[in-house]
Amino acid sequence: MTALLEIRGLKAEIDDRQILNGLDLTVNKGEIHAIMGPNGAGKSTLSYVLSGKPGYEITAGEVFLNGEDLLAMDPDERAAKGLFLAFQYPLEIPGVATLTFLRTALNAQRKKRGEEELSSPDVLKRVRELAKQLSIDPDMLKRPLNVGFSGGEKKRNETLQMALLEPKLCVLDETDSGLDIDALRIVADGVNRLRAADRGMIVITHYQRLLDYIVPDVVHVLAAGRIVKTGGKELALELEATGYAQYQSEAA
Amino acid sequence: MNAEIRPVKTAAEIGLADLFASARDSLPGGRNAEAIRRDAFDRFAVQGLPHSRIEAWKYTDLRRLLRDAKPLVQRPDAPARSVGREAGAVFAGLALRRLVIVDGAFAPELSDLTGLDAGVAVRATAEALGADEMVLPLEMAGTDAVAALNTAFAADGVVITVAPGAVVERPIHLVFVTTGTAPAAMFTRSRLELGSGAALTLVETYEGPDQSDYQVNAALQVDVGNEARLDHLKITGEGAAALHIATFEASIGAGASYRDIGITTGGAVVRNQLFLRLTGEGAVANVYQASLLSGRQHADTTLVVDHAAVGSQSREVFKAVVDDEARAVFQGRITVQPGAQQTDARMMARALLLSDEAVANCKPELEIFADDVQCGHGTTTGALDEQLKFYLMARGIPEKQAEALLIQAFVGEVIDAVAHDELREALTQAMLDWLKERD
Repeated sequence: MTALLEIRGLKAEIDDRQILNGLDLTVNKGEIHAIMGPNGAGKSTLSYVLSGKPGYEITAGEVFLNGEDLLAMDPDERAAKGLFLAFQYPLEIPGVATLTFLRTALNAQRKKRGEEELSSPDVLKRVRELAKQLSIDPDMLKRPLNVGFSGGEKKRNETLQMALLEPKLCVLDETDSGLDIDALRIVADGVNRLRAADRGMIVITHYQRLLDYIVPDVVHVLAAGRIVKTGGKELALELEATGYAQYQSEAA
Repeated sequence: MNAEIRPVKTAAEIGLADLFASARDSLPGGRNAEAIRRDAFDRFAVQGLPHSRIEAWKYTDLRRLLRDAKPLVQRPDAPARSVGREAGAVFAGLALRRLVIVDGAFAPELSDLTGLDAGVAVRATAEALGADEMVLPLEMAGTDAVAALNTAFAADGVVITVAPGAVVERPIHLVFVTTGTAPAAMFTRSRLELGSGAALTLVETYEGPDQSDYQVNAALQVDVGNEARLDHLKITGEGAAALHIATFEASIGAGASYRDIGITTGGAVVRNQLFLRLTGEGAVANVYQASLLSGRQHADTTLVVDHAAVGSQSREVFKAVVDDEARAVFQGRITVQPGAQQTDARMMARALLLSDEAVANCKPELEIFADDVQCGHGTTTGALDEQLKFYLMARGIPEKQAEALLIQAFVGEVIDAVAHDELREALTQAMLDWLKERD
């Protein structure tokens, strides 16, 4: 069976600084993988390299999404193939209404996949249902994307996008940062609703707290640009107790 | 022996002098108008075409950009007039009251003059001039050379009056269209008098063939009476090789409100100069201008807002989207006269450069002679935000479409200022069409 995501020996640098240093990772359909690690380990870089953010140079390695060469694709193609990155800091786009953005994104992906585009009322109906599940005020959909949204509202909006776009692989970059406990619960519930046999997730986090709500199947420790340890969900609890110090020295 | 220093006249200046000599006797107007035209041409002849050492024309050197004087346009024939029927399509289906000006001449048979709203009167400028009932000088433009040329040559256009208190529901659309492929020059003059307490939406569109390097010199004078309300929307969408120079003057009375929205997408060389004077207490003017330029287009918007009364307020927003080797110019001057206390004026100019060769020149100025005022201005110039673009692409939106969304968002503030819903939607569509042409 082809893995959903296969990363082999990935090395990447930005501004001549090597951040990823031979990273290997396999995620199968239906699995949730947590990636934990100290600041500066390369967690966000991994999410950006997977989604194709400009500025990163891949110096070695390969990445396959459902057997296809992910690194050869532009960011919009990767999205249409089913990759979704929930941003740690979602951007504000003044002048672009949230609903317009959602409709444009959904139909752009459908078009690229050769599927029929959805009418505005159909998109609105879907978005409204999802907004309700995520306790998002429908008025927010008319407002410019993320402009004036609180941290919690932005993360809920990311979750809404993810639910609407129905990706194959979700990469959640520090989704817990900036969330109070109530917002965290709403976002985690939204993510858990998306758990499915044909969908995989990578949950990147610094703290174990998020993993109480989104329970992973596999936990990896990322240090100095490589996976240095892999275990079950109990590894997260262990890390909470011992910290990352041992892995930093190991990696160095 | 004293050698007199005399600048060498350009071919265009010599051509214009010949043109005036041969045309002046046939231009419409009584004796009064004839004298004013001669004066105006003399004023032009003394200074010649404006060039970059004239501060108001710093970035638009007409001596260089206007190579030759084109012959005055012929009265449009039947085929030309039929083109006029199709013009102004950007607002087709909106039930605006169309007044069509073909090749500089008002065409009543193409215009919708039946069942004019109560209090509205329309007639041709040539007719008003013939009866010596039209004010010719462009007073606010001062000694400006192209305004003087308009006064010297203006042949036709429309004169609209709206009676005091008349609230006109149906917007009036001045459809200016150039039809011929033979190079020609046309000078139009129009005037709008809005009585006190009256209200109107006035739309102006300009268009013409891409193959001809025709020249348009248009002027519009507006008098907004006390407590009156005018929404004015102008689209400069001339043919690709055209030269378009327009002078706009508005006097805005006490408690009156004037809203100006200008969008420039067409023409090779465009100069829109706007002179606004807030003459009565509490007058309000809001100006939103956008230029969407590509290729080697050059578009200059020069704005003078003169606060001459207590408690007047103005907002000026200028947005330029500049691609390829195009150049956008914005000069904005806010003047506050002595005694115009409690003036509140703010100006913002922002340019978005889409290529390395694109240029934007922004020159905001404040001239304040009163001490109890709030005035400010700002300007920014930059490229598309790569981070925002990546965010959109990461959601599956292709690069060009992501750029189009961001450009649309950038210009949105200007389009959103259009109060009339259908006009705003038509404009949004026109902008999307412009963005599609970038692909």
